[in-house]
Amino acid sequence: MSEHNYQPKSKFGKWFNDRLPLLTLANHLTDYPTPKNLNYWWTFGGILTFCLITQIITGLVLAMHYIAHADLAFSSVEHIMRDVNYGWLIRYIHANGASMFFLAVYIHIFRSLFYGSYKAPREIIWILGIMIYLLMMAAAFMGYVLPWGQMSFWGATVITNLFSAIPLVGESITTWLWGGYSVDNPTLTRFFTLHYLIPFLILGLVVLHIWALHVPGNNNPIGIDIKKPSKDTVSFHPYIVVKDLFALLLFLILFAFFVFYSPNVLGHADNYIEANPLVTPAHIVPEWYLLPFYAILRSIPDKLMGVIAMLSAILILAALPWLDTSKIRSAVFRPLYKQFYWILVLDVLILGYVGAMPAEGLYLLIARIGTAYYFAHFLIILPILGKVEKTLPLPMSISEPILGGSLNAEPARSKEDFQKL
Amino acid sequence: MLKFIKYFSLIFFLISGNIVSSAENTEKLLTTDWTFKGPFGKFDRASLQRGYQVYQEVCASCHSLKYMSYRNLSEEGGPEFSVQEAKAIAANFEILDGPNPEGEMFTRPARLSDKFAMPYANEEEAKSANGGAYPPDMSVLVKARKGGADYVYSVLLGYQDPPVGMKLDDGVHYNKYMYGNKIKMPAPLSEGLVEYADGTIATEQQMAKDVVSFLMWTAEPHLEQRHKIGFRAIVYLIILSILVYFSMKKIWSRIETEV
Repeated sequence: MSEHNYQPKSKFGKWFNDRLPLLTLANHLTDYPTPKNLNYWWTFGGILTFCLITQIITGLVLAMHYIAHADLAFSSVEHIMRDVNYGWLIRYIHANGASMFFLAVYIHIFRSLFYGSYKAPREIIWILGIMIYLLMMAAAFMGYVLPWGQMSFWGATVITNLFSAIPLVGESITTWLWGGYSVDNPTLTRFFTLHYLIPFLILGLVVLHIWALHVPGNNNPIGIDIKKPSKDTVSFHPYIVVKDLFALLLFLILFAFFVFYSPNVLGHADNYIEANPLVTPAHIVPEWYLLPFYAILRSIPDKLMGVIAMLSAILILAALPWLDTSKIRSAVFRPLYKQFYWILVLDVLILGYVGAMPAEGLYLLIARIGTAYYFAHFLIILPILGKVEKTLPLPMSISEPILGGSLNAEPARSKEDFQKL
Repeated sequence: MLKFIKYFSLIFFLISGNIVSSAENTEKLLTTDWTFKGPFGKFDRASLQRGYQVYQEVCASCHSLKYMSYRNLSEEGGPEFSVQEAKAIAANFEILDGPNPEGEMFTRPARLSDKFAMPYANEEEAKSANGGAYPPDMSVLVKARKGGADYVYSVLLGYQDPPVGMKLDDGVHYNKYMYGNKIKMPAPLSEGLVEYADGTIATEQQMAKDVVSFLMWTAEPHLEQRHKIGFRAIVYLIILSILVYFSMKKIWSRIETEV
């Protein structure tokens, strides 16, 4: 951690800082010593912060024009698209922003999995991250309901119906969630309220997430503890700031491509049909970022067990720091884990794919195998792997492999590995 | 092994998106040279104006455009009728207004600020006039169908005799591209059905193309502006990224490490 004996230069600054140490905080944030070998996978934290702020600002503007009423919601969205100045732009940024947010969060999570960023002493950062991810899913799901199209309505019906699987009180809980006996106006208004609230809860958790990060400092691609500050670190400003900015701009090009040239490709055509409780769409499919969990849900024949499996698939991540028994953080030095890591990536992609397909025949079989493997990865492979895996020797410091001052052949090899990443 | 898994994942990720989006289309959709496709796509004004004519003369007796106003017809990025023309078009329609100071509803000619006149007073009337099927509002129809403009175009041109052995109820028609192949709407277009003022020959394909272009515009009235701003935004972002890249290189050159 940086030194906290910062003294503002101006008299007023000193007077103010003695009463509220905002300048000390700003000084801490700019001086924050960051490992100098962070690669571009580490830029997604900044990108995610940008996504959250973008969603909040565009969401605020949309909320000024949107009407949360079952009879008016759909036409108020069309009003935004047609008559509000640049309403189409704001809405397309918000709608595609959700997808971009999830794309970035998945990269962020999988980066953490690869480099073992969840391991001691960063367990709390990791768990806060899982909580943020859960809230993101809740916010995204409720946000998708607001346009009150066919997929909004039926998606809400399917997901809220999951609660009816709870024994004894399930039906009552579902009725309570709906505010009636089906998804209807009371459901819409409460979803809107919660959709407005959750981003600010996320914002609070993000502050805690960053706070918790600033206690031990960043992990790094080598995964070894480093002395801070030292020749292995750079100050956050300007080094990391400019690098994050560059990565953000590249990300924004992709973002802009979706917003301006295929704004509806990530959505579902049925959601441009106004909600109709009497007509069920042929396939009810959630947004792409929820598909792997949807596949897990449907792979279990029993409804209650399916819901439990789906929830466990997320909550198991919170136990990850203790399930992974290896003391070595970075996969760079874990030849076996590295392979299982990529198999897990593939497994999640396959689950996402079958989640979009009808739950029958071969698709169902693949979903079941994929689900079984997903849990096996965390519950069987990781605990055993940490005990049996022969890991590669770690370098002494970050500077060592970078400067090529290696003492033996092994860190030199890790340098190659590092550069490939 | 590792490389294989990595590349396989990547390729899988790239192609699965395409498979998911095309898995359900059994019939390959018809298409035509849409002017609004692509990053520089724009509407063809003359086609939109003809498309409006087709909508008004053929579709409007059953299908509403409830999110459209007459003023939209003269706005930038659409058919761009002159304001006088749009006013004259609006004046052809009677709109229910009121109540007046005596508390009575009355009808008056439509103005630019009015929404398009509805063909039916309510959904029930629409259904009873159409054998129980509700002719959907067409404001966002093109966006509300998988396949978009190609799909609507294909359905308009997809009327055929049913395959041998297929029994159709009265008032149900066979359509090659319609979801489920059954449609209550009779084939709406036939050669020479409308007479275009600009002398364009009104073939079925021409009318279908014009009216679908028009419906693409009603679904995405700001499409041209979106394409224009998008191009500028992306060029701006690319230039800025290049500048920031060199700034980054310069800043990081102070320490001996690669960025």
